[in-house]
Amino acid sequence: MTAGRVRFGIVVFPGSNCEYDAHHALKTFPQAEPFYLWHKDHDLKDADCIILPGGFSYGDYLRAGAVARFSPIMQEVTAFAEGGGLVLGICNGFQVLTEAHLLHGALRRNRGLRFICRPQYLRVERSDTPFTRRLQVGQVIQCPISHNEGNWTAGADRLQEIEEQGLVVFRYCDAQGRVSEESNPNGSVHNVAGILNESGNVLGMMPHPERVCEELIGGTDGRSIFQSIVDHILEG
Amino acid sequence: MFKVSVYVTPKRGVADPQGAVIERALPALGHHGVTQVRVGRYLTLEVPGDDVAQVREAVDDMCRKLLANPIIEDYWFEVTPAGEGA
Repeated sequence: MTAGRVRFGIVVFPGSNCEYDAHHALKTFPQAEPFYLWHKDHDLKDADCIILPGGFSYGDYLRAGAVARFSPIMQEVTAFAEGGGLVLGICNGFQVLTEAHLLHGALRRNRGLRFICRPQYLRVERSDTPFTRRLQVGQVIQCPISHNEGNWTAGADRLQEIEEQGLVVFRYCDAQGRVSEESNPNGSVHNVAGILNESGNVLGMMPHPERVCEELIGGTDGRSIFQSIVDHILEG
Repeated sequence: MFKVSVYVTPKRGVADPQGAVIERALPALGHHGVTQVRVGRYLTLEVPGDDVAQVREAVDDMCRKLLANPIIEDYWFEVTPAGEGA
């Protein structure tokens, strides 16, 4: 951390395509200092928070995120996460985090076999995480989704544990916050849109908060997530 | 050198959206009553080595870590010495 600023390291894999969006969004926060990290590097350059952005790392070959998990920088990202460092995986970044076993479950193809790109309502399930302290439990935010493999699942036993431990941070819902089959865009189990690890320092989410950080482009609900991270780093 | 065939399929109980769509399309071709359609992946590899047990161990490692995702997929494989058969 450099005097009142929070360093966000955005990892760029071959095929990432939301790294500029994340960088641009973070630039609108006076206390954020975003920069890129190339996947072949082994240095996180004193980042306070690592962002794994959306995109199609390695062409999504084999399975989304499966190959990126073995990128050189993922060794450092894993060590950083295990040491308590904040890691946010968005969309493809979430897929990478599950493949790397930093988060539970796996992301399968959408139920309807279609790529879905549209605004989506999310219900906030946790406000006591470094990523959501500016939000409230039960609050409904709007955040676009844009994915082909967002259909999260975990084995039945695991699923129960995950729910009992309260690791679900966001669920797909309607404008009123109702979580139902109708408000589930992709078939994700229990409408899971984002989950946390047990230590609470790694969050993966399919929706794109970086795309809703400015009124000009349709919304600002994503700001709360980045502001939460900034507050968490600066205030502890 | 060994030739290896790896089969990866969705685990039992894990929903397979691709399989479900194919299953629903089959009656249109006049094939009724077909169930349990599952879509997986078939990979072929050539793996160096002299010892089949070691090669099997290596392939199992590849499967667990990369070729399959054991959370949602099952895998199995066949190992045959290269040059054998056709």
